[in-house]
Amino acid sequence: MSAPLLQLDGVGKAFRRYARERHRLMRWFGLPIPTPEERWVLSDISFRVDPGEAIGIAGRNGAGKSTLLKMIAGITRPSAGSIVLSGRVAAILELGMGFSGELTGRQNTFHAAGMMGFNQSEIEGALDDITGFAELGAFFDQPIRTYSSGMQMRLAFAVATAFRPDILIVDEALAVGDAYFQHKSMERIRRFQAKGTSLILVSHDKVALQSLCTRAILLDGGHLVRDGNPESVLDYYNALIAQKKGETITTEELEDGRVRTISGTRQAVIESAVLEDADGKPADTVAIGTTVSLVVKARAVEALPSLVLGYAIKDRLGQTFFGTNTAFTAQVIEAPQAGDTATFRITFPVMLGPGTYSIALALSAGESHLDANYEWRDLALMFDVVNLDKPPFDGKMFMPPVITVER
Amino acid sequence: MIPAIPQSFGLQRTWAYRYFVLSSIATELRLRVVGSRLGLVWLIISPLLQVAMYALILSTVMRSRLPGVDNRFAYAIYLLAGFLAWYPFTEIVTRCVTLFLDNANALKKIAFPRTVLPLIVLGSAAFNNLVMIAVTAVAFLLMGHVPSPQVLWLPVLLIANLALASGLGLCCGVLNVFIRDVGQLVQIGLQFGFWLTPIVYVIDIIPAGYRWVFGLNPMFWVLDNYHRVLVYDQPPDLAKLAAVVALALALLLLGRFMLRRSQAEMMDTL
Repeated sequence: MSAPLLQLDGVGKAFRRYARERHRLMRWFGLPIPTPEERWVLSDISFRVDPGEAIGIAGRNGAGKSTLLKMIAGITRPSAGSIVLSGRVAAILELGMGFSGELTGRQNTFHAAGMMGFNQSEIEGALDDITGFAELGAFFDQPIRTYSSGMQMRLAFAVATAFRPDILIVDEALAVGDAYFQHKSMERIRRFQAKGTSLILVSHDKVALQSLCTRAILLDGGHLVRDGNPESVLDYYNALIAQKKGETITTEELEDGRVRTISGTRQAVIESAVLEDADGKPADTVAIGTTVSLVVKARAVEALPSLVLGYAIKDRLGQTFFGTNTAFTAQVIEAPQAGDTATFRITFPVMLGPGTYSIALALSAGESHLDANYEWRDLALMFDVVNLDKPPFDGKMFMPPVITVER
Repeated sequence: MIPAIPQSFGLQRTWAYRYFVLSSIATELRLRVVGSRLGLVWLIISPLLQVAMYALILSTVMRSRLPGVDNRFAYAIYLLAGFLAWYPFTEIVTRCVTLFLDNANALKKIAFPRTVLPLIVLGSAAFNNLVMIAVTAVAFLLMGHVPSPQVLWLPVLLIANLALASGLGLCCGVLNVFIRDVGQLVQIGLQFGFWLTPIVYVIDIIPAGYRWVFGLNPMFWVLDNYHRVLVYDQPPDLAKLAAVVALALALLLLGRFMLRRSQAEMMDTL
C-alpha cells in the first residue's frame, strides 16, 4: 500500500469557552485554571486520501464540514487526533481568497499567491494562465470592490488553481458563477485529477458530487457516519435530511455491493415493485424504444391523510434521468384507511442509452418527500438497457433522429 | 516543481515568505500613492506639519533656548529628533494591535505563517522612517545644524526602537484578538505616552522631585538617546540603550511565545 496523501486519525475539534478571558492567558503560561467548557463540533474523524482520489463531503449545515476542511487546509488546528499531509494543499474556502477591495485584481493576485507561498517570478509565470482563466479583461487592473461576486469567484478560483496542488479543497465555490464558469472549473479540476491531484469537495449539489467524486463522506452531528461510494452515501444523506421523528433508516447491501437505503415512518409500505416488459413479463433487461411498465403495490399501514407514489430513474452514478410523482400528475389517493392497498402501473417508453439504471421509489403524503415520508427506497429496482435494433449511438438518452443528407 | 511547504510553524517557514513580505511592503506603499496627487509626499508632509505646528505654538511657551545648543532653531531641531523616534514607535504599535483582526479575512482563507504580518508592518514603518530621516537631515542642514559623528549611533538606536515597538505591538496584538479592550487601552496609552515622554518639552521643566517617574518610561530612554546623538552631540547613554534592547528582546520573546500558544485558538476566535 502506498503512502497516503492525507491521513486523518481520530481528528476532533473543540471550541473552548473560558469562564474568564484571563483563564485563556493563564493557560498559555501553564497556570492552573478551572476546566474550560468545551463544545466538540467534530470528533473521531478518521479517513485517508490517496493520490487522485476525489472525495465529496456531504452533511447538513453545522455538521462540521467547513471546520474539517479548514483543518485539512491548515487554517485551524485539530483539538484531538492527527492530520498527516504529504503535499501541497490549495483551498478555496467560503467563496474567496481573502481579497482586499481596494487592491486591483492584479495586486490581489500577487498578494494571495504570495500568501500561498509563491514568489514574484513564479506568480509572474502563472499570470497568463490566471488572467486567461478568470476572463476579467480590463477589470483585472480595477479595484476588486468594483467586481461582481461572480468575477471575484472566477479570480479566486483562478489564483487558487494556478499552481497544481496535491490536494485541492473546494468549499461550495462551484455553486457560484454561471454555467460557463462552472463548466470551466470542472474541466480544470478533472485535468488536475488526471495528473494525480486529489480533490476534496463540499457541495450541496448532488450532481457535482456524484459526477466528480469517487468517494463520499457523510458527516452528521460532528461524526463521520458514512464513507463509501457517492451513490450510497448520498442516498443515505437524502434519507437523513428527510428523517423526522419516528422514522427509521435501514441499509441493505445488494449482490453487486451497492447499498440500498430504506427510510421513512413506515406508515405506508411498498409491498412489491416490478418492471414488466411489453408482454407483461418481469424484465431486468429491456430494449431501447420498447414500452415497459413499472408496477408498484403499496399498502397503508394506518389511516393516512393522503398517499402519493413518486419514482425516479437514475443512472449508475445516481443522477436522476426522470422522476415524477402522483401528486404532480394529480392522482393523489385521499384518506386511505389502514390496510388499503393500491397498485400503481406506470407505463413509459425506454428512451435511455445503453447501461445500468436503477429506480428509486417513495411513498409520501405530498409532492416532496420532506412533507411526510412514509417510505423511501433507493435502488428499489435495477435494470439494464440494451440496444437491440437501433443504429449505434452515444449518450444516456435515446432521441431517435431523422437525418437527411443533401448533396 | 513547487516545493511543499511544511505545516510547521517556524522561522524557516517565515523565511520562505521573504518575497511576499517585500512585495507586500511595496504594495502598501503603492497603495498610499495611487489615487492621491501628492503620493509619497504625504509621508513627509504630515510629520513636518506637526513639527511646524508644535514649533510655532510651543516655541513661545518654551522661550528658553535649549541648554547647550546654540541655534535659534534649537527647539525645532529638538522636536524633529523626538518625532523621528516617536513616529515609527506609534506607527508600529498602533498597527500591530489590530494586525490579526485586520487580516482576519486572509487568515481565515489561506494558511500562511502569521509572523509575516508583523514583519510587513515593521518593514513598511522602517521605510517610512528612513524617508523621514532623509527629510530631517535636510531640515537640519537648512537650519544650520550639523550633528556630530555621534549621529553614527542612530542606526543602533533606530533598530532598538523598532524592536521595542514590535515587541510591544506583537504582545498587544495577540491579546487584542481575545480581549478587544486592549486595542482601546493602547490608543489611550499612546496618547498619554506622548505627553509623558519629553518630545515637545525638555525633561528640565519637570520638577526635580518627579523626574524619577519619567525615568521609568522606556520611551524616555529611547528619546533621551535620540536627543543626545542628534541634538546635543553627545554619546548615547549606554545603560539606557542596554535597557531598551533588553526590554525589546524580552517583549519579542514574550510576543512570540504568546503567538505560538494562541495559534490553535486565534483562528477560532477571529
